[in-house]
Amino acid sequence: MTGELPSPSAPASVPPPGAEPRHDFGLAEYRPLPGVPDELIGPDGQMRPLWQPLLNHLAKLSDTDLTRAIERADLYLRDSGVIYRQYDTTAGTASVERPWPLSHLPVLIDEADWTRLSAALIQRADLLELLMADIYGPNQMVADGHLPADLLAGNPAWARPMVGIRPRAGHYLHFVAFEIGRGPDGQWWVLADRTEAPSGAGYALETRVATTRAFGPQLFGQQLHRLAGFFRDFRDHLLSMRADPAARVAILTPGPWNETWYEQAWLARYLGISLVQGEDLTVEDGRLMLRTVSGLKPLDVLWRRLDGSFADPLELDPASRLGTPGLVSALRQSGLAMVNPPGSGVLETRAMMAFLPRLAPVLTGSALMLPNIATWWCGDASARAAVIEAADRMILSPALGTGLPYDRMDDPFAAASLPPDALGERLERESGSLVAQEAVTLSTTPALVDGRITPRPMSLRVYLARTASGWRVMQGGFARIGATTDPGALAMQRGGGAADVWIISPDHVGGDTLMNRPAGQSGTPEPDELPARAADNLFWLGRYVERTEGMVRLLRARHGRIAESGTGTLPLLAEADALLEAAGLDPSEPIPEGLLATIGRAVSSAAQLRDRFSTDGWAALKDLDKSARRLALQVSPGDDAAQALSALLRKLAGFSGLVHENMYRLMGWRFLTLGRMQERARNMAGWLAALTDPGSDPGGIDLCIELGDSVMTHRRRYSMVSGRGPVIGLLALDPLNPRAIRNQVDGMMDLVRMLPEALVENRLSAPARALLRLQTDLATATPETLGSEALYALQARLGEVSDLISERYFR
Amino acid sequence: MSIYDLRLQISYEFDRPSGAGRQHFRILPASLPGRQRVLGSLVTLEPEPGELGFFTDFFGTSVVEAAIPAGLTRLDLSLEAQVERLAQPEGLDLSVPVAALGPELAQIRSLGPDSPLHFCLPSRRIPQVDAISGFAAKAQGQDDSVAMVTERLGLMLHGHMTFEAGATDVDTSPAEAFAARHGVCQDFAQIMVGGLRSLGIPAAYVAGYLRTLPPPGQKRLVGADAMHAWVRAWGGPQRGWIDYDPTNACFTGADHIDVGMGRDYADVAPVTGMLRLDGQQEGRHSVDITEAGEG
Repeated sequence: MTGELPSPSAPASVPPPGAEPRHDFGLAEYRPLPGVPDELIGPDGQMRPLWQPLLNHLAKLSDTDLTRAIERADLYLRDSGVIYRQYDTTAGTASVERPWPLSHLPVLIDEADWTRLSAALIQRADLLELLMADIYGPNQMVADGHLPADLLAGNPAWARPMVGIRPRAGHYLHFVAFEIGRGPDGQWWVLADRTEAPSGAGYALETRVATTRAFGPQLFGQQLHRLAGFFRDFRDHLLSMRADPAARVAILTPGPWNETWYEQAWLARYLGISLVQGEDLTVEDGRLMLRTVSGLKPLDVLWRRLDGSFADPLELDPASRLGTPGLVSALRQSGLAMVNPPGSGVLETRAMMAFLPRLAPVLTGSALMLPNIATWWCGDASARAAVIEAADRMILSPALGTGLPYDRMDDPFAAASLPPDALGERLERESGSLVAQEAVTLSTTPALVDGRITPRPMSLRVYLARTASGWRVMQGGFARIGATTDPGALAMQRGGGAADVWIISPDHVGGDTLMNRPAGQSGTPEPDELPARAADNLFWLGRYVERTEGMVRLLRARHGRIAESGTGTLPLLAEADALLEAAGLDPSEPIPEGLLATIGRAVSSAAQLRDRFSTDGWAALKDLDKSARRLALQVSPGDDAAQALSALLRKLAGFSGLVHENMYRLMGWRFLTLGRMQERARNMAGWLAALTDPGSDPGGIDLCIELGDSVMTHRRRYSMVSGRGPVIGLLALDPLNPRAIRNQVDGMMDLVRMLPEALVENRLSAPARALLRLQTDLATATPETLGSEALYALQARLGEVSDLISERYFR
Repeated sequence: MSIYDLRLQISYEFDRPSGAGRQHFRILPASLPGRQRVLGSLVTLEPEPGELGFFTDFFGTSVVEAAIPAGLTRLDLSLEAQVERLAQPEGLDLSVPVAALGPELAQIRSLGPDSPLHFCLPSRRIPQVDAISGFAAKAQGQDDSVAMVTERLGLMLHGHMTFEAGATDVDTSPAEAFAARHGVCQDFAQIMVGGLRSLGIPAAYVAGYLRTLPPPGQKRLVGADAMHAWVRAWGGPQRGWIDYDPTNACFTGADHIDVGMGRDYADVAPVTGMLRLDGQQEGRHSVDITEAGEG
């Protein structure tokens, strides 16, 4: 390392003439750290030519331009809702949503370097596949002494129930990732193998979009390798793994509280495959089946993103609540192909890295093309001696851990932190449960820190997918960028960032999108295959949104009256308050906690549905939630509250509009709308029963008209007279008023007739029969027969319809 | 040599119709060359399950797998089997000294079902418990063989603990049962497995059946026999596994019928899945073992 400074006359540092002050964002002062290789500045102290176009582009930007470029990227991520969940250690098990921590400057890598790297990583993936087949097969490597039995016998990641189960698709591993970094000599090293259920491939694609928003793909034009082809080939591979061409392919997710749930939902949408949870599945006659609203449908290929041990409580971890009983049985009976099978995580075991260099010649016939980080398993006497010998360079950690060498999750400690005697004693005592790895130094890459280009340590995550033509390496990935110069600060959970990785070719590379694919391999779910759990969530989302709307209308009417009268003594207020209290709201709070909780439930239901929801719809709901919480802290009763509630009502209308205008009229929309209509009818029945009783305040009738958003219609039709009869006619019995009970029941009847098995052998389904009776009774009712008692009975019958729908379609 | 007719009945009654579920039953007697031979077996479920199949698990135990349809109010399982049990010759103690186990284990390169390597470390249901380790340490004398230490620990445990049906349940931890000084065969076996492992002796948990002989002069009662559990300690490559029954403080004999072994109860639990052998949906079971022709 020369440590020489970049020449101050480098073209990038010369401010070009212009109206706005332009500068080089600290490029002239950019210095690699002593003894650390850098991506931008070569060992000769000169800038690598690869970076020139990007730096030239930056040099042309003013401060404002750069700020705007960064904002464009961040705006994209925010608008797309790209988040990951961070486990909050201070708040118990809860996790919180975090925006994707984009580090805006991409890492540039030369295509020739990448090609060599790819060949080496493919060899490593092949090695891991062969080792997997041995570990879950004959265990010849242990028998022949190439691998210590201790690495498996006491390893919780070795899934004994999977031993002897051959994968139906012929291979065990189909999707793997490697963490790699550059060592002090500038060569790449593998830092960790990711074979369990590697995350982040979807984030890599979103990172790409965001980064090109900031700096534009035109910088390198056709020389920048695209990512879409990687996903297309893998999607085609997933489809080709089916034994039954009519069967589904799905991603198995742990659910919305997982840290990378967003990505799983995103991948399912992008690839056009289903997203399922363990409870969506069941096993029948040795085959995996998806529970849908139209019964069980075969599901033939699972891309597993759920931790393997949780996949089957019957044969794997019995404490799992996320799994599917019988999943292992289906694998045993070849009723399912899986990416990757449970137990594949055993290959991530840190101590395994001590043996992979020796296993490579045995299993693949050639030495490893790319070294992994130097590792010693301390169960071996000669390894213990080597660790003591070079204690100043060694980091010790649990042998069966799987984290990165610089991860602090496993409490690694420097061998040199113990006096030599204590070290020797501890190594003897803990021997096989410890592993030693050489302390990691990573290359640095330029990152924008407070508007200045600054060297930061980085590692890359590279993805490999099995395709029809063998392993394919994603031409990119994402780079972790340290928050400080300490490699420990790379982890996102510790403030590290993620940057795009650009593989630059000297030639043109072909264009690529996901949409080029052979005909006849549709990945779009069939319309009738809505999973029962998704239908349940949609139905409840509809109910919670409508319940929210009812609450907001009631609250607004209350505060509007306070604003008009100035006091809280109107008799009608007592009746409104009784309705609020019945709905679980505290009338003394302008935006009650109960309202926020209801919105929260709507958000939770929608969170379960991210794979079938438009980004805009989700954003509108999140916005409603945020606004309500903000307003709850600010507004005072009366006019202030009424205005705030009107604003919330408009936001609700915005969400409903997005759903109504944009959601395809398939099964999912039907359940969502059924939920809304049911809730709306129930609300109205309750209001009318409480407020139009002949014994109650006559003002209640006006209140009902206001709640029913029907002031204009009512005035037009009935002039200024308001009486109970016309109001019941308008709000309960009118089939044309979109707020009337009759209108909801008619709509529900239409929808229920379109649900699966609504009519079997001339017999209506139970929900349809109940609704038909309700519809008939409403059609023949008059305002006189529909008194408060009848309205309460109607409300109860609507509840029964909801139960019948749940029972028939959501179980 | 004895030939037994074995009958097992498990019955469930549900207050409300049950949901659908998948069940594993580890109830079939094992075939163990030179020791136990299954002459025939028949498993019946009533009402008939949606699916009924068999497979052999990692540790070599035969598992009955059944898909139970929804809507049942009762479920009856019965097993009828004829088993030949060969008595083990009482011979010389060929087990190695406990101190010699380490180097012996270091030589082992098998991860097959009966490899002692699976049974050295604490397991999910049998974690390291200091009180049990301390207790077990008293069973070890210098240069004692595995068989001697096993027998001594078994006798000590039999003295320390009282057999008490119903005092514990399947989820009682070894630490709790040991502190309370009472339990059933599962507790005795799990505590002893933990103690043996703490001494460096590979130890497995064995599930099976026990034939109960009536007191002299009395007629044997139908259903008085039981599902049972004991331990298996590894005595070195020449002696192999040694079976010991801490509940009855004896090496196992012709009255013990093997089902299978595992690291702890969870690996060989007789009923796993939606239904269990106790808990919310109390399952009643009875075991009947008679000499062929006797009963």
